[in-house]
Amino acid sequence: MKILVAIKQVPERDAQINIADSGRWIDESDVNYTINEPDAYALEEALQLKEKNGGEVVVICAGPERVTSTLREALAKGADRAIHIESDDIGERDTLGVAEMLAEVAKAEAPDLILTGLQSDDLGLGQTGVVLAELLGIPHATIIMQVEVTDSGLKVKRELEDGWFQHVEMPLPALLTIQSGGNKLRYATLMGIKKAKTKETRTVQAGAAASPAITLERVYLPKKQKKTEMLTGTPAEVAAKLVEKLKFEVRVI
Amino acid sequence: MSGVLVLMEQRGGVWNRMSFEALAAGQQLAAKLGMECSAAVIGEGIDALCAELAGKKLAKVFAVQHALLKDYTSDGYVAAAELLIRQTDPAYVVLPHTYQVRDFAPALATRFKQVLISDVIAIHDGPVFVRQLLQGKLNADYKQADAGPCFVSVQAGTFRAEAVEAGAASVENFTPQLEAGQIRNKPGELFREAAHTVDLGAASVIVSVGRGIGEQENIGIVEELASALGAELAASRPICDNGWLPMERQVGSSGQTVSPKLYLAVGISGAIQHLVGMKGSKTVIAINKDENAPIFEVADYGVVGDLFEVVPALTKAVLAAKG
Repeated sequence: MKILVAIKQVPERDAQINIADSGRWIDESDVNYTINEPDAYALEEALQLKEKNGGEVVVICAGPERVTSTLREALAKGADRAIHIESDDIGERDTLGVAEMLAEVAKAEAPDLILTGLQSDDLGLGQTGVVLAELLGIPHATIIMQVEVTDSGLKVKRELEDGWFQHVEMPLPALLTIQSGGNKLRYATLMGIKKAKTKETRTVQAGAAASPAITLERVYLPKKQKKTEMLTGTPAEVAAKLVEKLKFEVRVI
Repeated sequence: MSGVLVLMEQRGGVWNRMSFEALAAGQQLAAKLGMECSAAVIGEGIDALCAELAGKKLAKVFAVQHALLKDYTSDGYVAAAELLIRQTDPAYVVLPHTYQVRDFAPALATRFKQVLISDVIAIHDGPVFVRQLLQGKLNADYKQADAGPCFVSVQAGTFRAEAVEAGAASVENFTPQLEAGQIRNKPGELFREAAHTVDLGAASVIVSVGRGIGEQENIGIVEELASALGAELAASRPICDNGWLPMERQVGSSGQTVSPKLYLAVGISGAIQHLVGMKGSKTVIAINKDENAPIFEVADYGVVGDLFEVVPALTKAVLAAKG
C-alpha cells in the first residue's frame, strides 16, 4: 500500500507571538517551526499501517526552504521518501490554492491512501484534507482515530462530539484526516536519523498562485472576555492570595 | 445571487442545537445586508423539524429529503446541498461549525471554487468574518475575495440560539436527484466506548491539568492539589492523548462539558477546543507560565508563573487553611 502523508510546518506552540509590520501575519523572524501536531499523528498512522501491511510512505510538504527540516524529521522517523513543494508565497494562497498544489503532486504519485492531520495549529481552518480529496475525486473521512485495512478498502473509526464514535467503511483510494491521540508518537532513532540522509527528497516548484477566494485582511490580539485579576508575588504569596479568594470569593474552602 | 441560506443539522429527526446558533447568525447577517434569510434541513423524515422552522422569521424553509440522505454521508450531503445552492443561488451559506460540517462543508465550498470561512467567532460590517489563529492567541479578519456563494461556519457559543427571531415561513420540498452509486462511504451506527464512570459534569470543583505539566510523573502535584480541595481531577486533550490520564477525564469539545463552581486550570493554554468545554464555569483560576495564553481571557484570577512552584505552595496553603 502506497501512503502519501501531507504535513505542514507551523510555529511551535509556545512561540512568542509578535505581529508583523504588515499586520497580516506574525513576525516570522523570532519563531521556531515544527511539524503540525495532528500531522505527526497522521505520519504515525501511516508508519504503523506500513509496518502491518507493507508498502511505502511518502511525505509531502509545501512551503519555503525551511520546511525541509520537517521533511527530514519525517524521514528520520521512518518515511521512505519526501517531496518538497517549494513555495515562498504559501501565505498568499488560500486553502483551495494550497490543496491544488498538493493535488498536482498527489495525482502523479497516485497513492492508495492519503493521510493528513485534521487541522493545522496555526490557521486552524481544518479543510485542506477534505478539499484535496474533493479535487482528486476520492472519498474521505475526517477526525479519524483508527484505521483498519479490509478486503474492500478501509474501516475507520471516526470521532464525533461528546464522546461518540462511528465506524465508516470506504473504498480505496481514499483520504483520511487524522485526530490526535489514536496512536503514540514515535521519536526518531539515531539509526533513523542516519538513514534519513540517504533517502530521497524531491523538490517540485509550485505553480503560480491563482487569485484566492478568501483573504486574511489583518491579525490582532483578542480582547479579553473577562476582567482577569492577576495575582503576583512569590509562590507562597500567590498561594496565600489564592486561598483568600477560594475562602471568601469562590467559597470552596 | 442574493440572500442568506442556513444549513441546519439534524440526526434521526433530532436537532443539533448549534443549528439554531447558526440560524441566529444567518438572520443577523441577512438583516445587516438587507437580504432575506432562508433555512434548509437535509435528511429523511424531517417534516416535524421543518414545521418548527416555519415559525421562524425566514423567507423559505427547504425540506431537502431523499431516502439516500437518511444517514449522514459526506457524498450525499455535498451532492444534495450543491443542487439546492445552484437552484436557490444564495450569496451566503451559513452553517454551525460541527464535526459533521467539518466533514462535508469544505468539499461543498470546493464545488463552487470557494473556501469555507470556518469556525467564525464574530461577523462585522463588510461583512468581515473573525476567526481565531494559533490556538486562540490571535484573531484574524477574513473577507471573501470574489463572487460566488460565501460559505461560513460559526463557532459554538458565538451566537445565541434564543436570539432566533420568530415569524412565518413557507416550507418548500426539494428532492435532489441522487443515486446510490454516488455515495461511496458506508456509515455505521454511532457508539460510545465504555460507559463514563467519571461524571465531571456533576463536580462542583475541578482541578484540570494541561500540556504545561511536561511529563506524566509530574501529574502527582496536581493530584495532590485536587485532593486538598476535594476536587475532581480533569485534563485537556493532550494529556489524555498521551495516556497520562484516562480519556474520561478530558474536558473539551471531544470530551466532557463542565460548569463547576470552580475550575482551576494548571498549565492549560486554553485552545478553543478546551474552552468550549469549561467556559460555563462560575469561577476560573488559571496558572500558566505564558502571560499570553488564551486561558487568561476566560479566567477570573490569573497567576503567571512556574506551576511547579505555585501548585505545591497552593496545596500547602489550602491544607493549612482547612486546618
